[in-house]
Amino acid sequence: MSKNLIITKRKRSSGKMYNRGAWKYAIPAFIPLVLLSIVPLVQAIWTAFTDQVAGFNVEIKFIGLENFRRLLTDSLFWASFRIGIIWAVSVTLLALVLGFGLALLLNQKLRFLGLMRVLSLVPWAMPPVIVAIMWSLLLRPTSGPIDQILATFHLPGSGIDFLGDFNTAFPTVIMIGAWVAMPIITVSILAAIQGIPTEMVEASIIDGANAWQRFRYITIPAVRAITTALVALNIIWQFGSFGLVFVLTAGGPGGKTFVPALFAYNEAFKYGNFGYAASMGVVMALAIILMLGVYLKASKREDVQR
Amino acid sequence: MTTTKKKRKYFLIPSYFAVICYVIFLGFPFLWMFTTSLKSPIELLQLDQTLLPKGIYWQNYVDIVEKRGLINSAKNSLVIAVCTTILTTIFAVPAGYAIARLSKVFSGAATGWILISQVFPVSLVIIPLFMAVRRVGLLDSIWGLVLVYLVAALPFALWMLKGYVASIPLDLEEAGAMDGASSFQILRNIVFPLLVPGIVATSLFTFLNSWNEFFFALVLIQSPESETLPLTLARFMGSEGQVLLGPLAAGAFLATIPSLLVFGLLQKKLASGLLAGAVKG
Repeated sequence: MSKNLIITKRKRSSGKMYNRGAWKYAIPAFIPLVLLSIVPLVQAIWTAFTDQVAGFNVEIKFIGLENFRRLLTDSLFWASFRIGIIWAVSVTLLALVLGFGLALLLNQKLRFLGLMRVLSLVPWAMPPVIVAIMWSLLLRPTSGPIDQILATFHLPGSGIDFLGDFNTAFPTVIMIGAWVAMPIITVSILAAIQGIPTEMVEASIIDGANAWQRFRYITIPAVRAITTALVALNIIWQFGSFGLVFVLTAGGPGGKTFVPALFAYNEAFKYGNFGYAASMGVVMALAIILMLGVYLKASKREDVQR
Repeated sequence: MTTTKKKRKYFLIPSYFAVICYVIFLGFPFLWMFTTSLKSPIELLQLDQTLLPKGIYWQNYVDIVEKRGLINSAKNSLVIAVCTTILTTIFAVPAGYAIARLSKVFSGAATGWILISQVFPVSLVIIPLFMAVRRVGLLDSIWGLVLVYLVAALPFALWMLKGYVASIPLDLEEAGAMDGASSFQILRNIVFPLLVPGIVATSLFTFLNSWNEFFFALVLIQSPESETLPLTLARFMGSEGQVLLGPLAAGAFLATIPSLLVFGLLQKKLASGLLAGAVKG
């Protein structure tokens, strides 16, 4: 009895001491991290409060909140900001629905699953720039294969320049964005579904649960945590990304697809206004943090309720 | 029995319909790319295009590999991706371990920073990075890109590894400490072997992201000798406005196959790696 007590006591104290050792040991690993990651970030935020422009030997002045004041009345930026939010949310939701559906199919015992599994990874394995070039070639009016298929079967939509038309450009780019975002969602959700113990499913069948009930009370709770994380990550990634839009439409037609990340990129590298562009980045980061805060809080509250 | 079987078959029709839709949605662009890469320039100019090529024309592959510097770009991309992956792993493994195991305040601050660095748009961070790379004279050099990719890859690598470390029972390490192992010995002999699947997943993720990356390369690289694969391929889109469709499709197909193979082989590990970081915070 007393021997036991001593062992537990010693174990606890040694754990503590050992943790203290790990702290010291971690410091050298963090030096390059601070230099390579935190410094550029802080520098970027600092740039937002200056009038820095591109070029060598230009004097940089601290101008306080001037950039932000200017940004507040920049209606072009806020139009772009709205597009960015619609873009991030739509791409994420569409990819989530499509990816979830695909994961459910991949979990069934169907034919051609091997082929499906490989195909489900294609958009992820392709270099994004190739994806963008490929889709713009696929969607070319008259000579592109999609238009030819539509024309052959006399379907509506033939003759439309999907990426150049005012009404179709944004939905088309969102669809392609979802095509790219699908694989991560599919494999993650599939992994979560396959992690469900088979006994649990069997027991529910014995208890007389139908397919819908099994989906509602077993599958959904099992993928809840990973879905929350995937939605949060995707919204972050999509809101900050502009590669696809850059190659597909360059923001056009008429600014319909001009996402804010592209706006900031142009401001910096086309017009050379580093300071002003940085203030846009700061505003975007704050907006994303706010959105995520609300979203994560809501999903946590939902967790507590159940 | 037979009725339920029949019923089950009937039940599967919508599933198969969905399968067909997904196969077309995911597979058609890729298939079209492949068949286009086998078409001759004359065939590509014809008005009535067929999905299957009328004759097989390998010259596109010869053309892209021999004449257009694809080998050199592929070599650059490979060197960059390998170096980035090795450096990221060296930095991220001990740091990820520390974030997972040290005090709540420290790990909370580190996680917060990781999230913030993910939140800042690339177009913002690229400005100070561009200036920093210019200052150290690594502009237009593949080593400058390695540096930038390292910075870009670290936060997510840390996040993934943190999740893997958190799933290793602390008891194991405490047992090691009781046996008198130093913290370095514990990390090397106890944690590291258990962390190998996580390191594989993280490295793979880092490798593919650097292999595919386009925009940092676009901003930081100017000369053809330092070009990466995505840059070279994008150039085929034609600065003269003319699309070299055949060679472009061939190059795109070649650039996709290696990643597709790796992905196919390690799909499960990768998925559980993303899961680990997200769920076991």
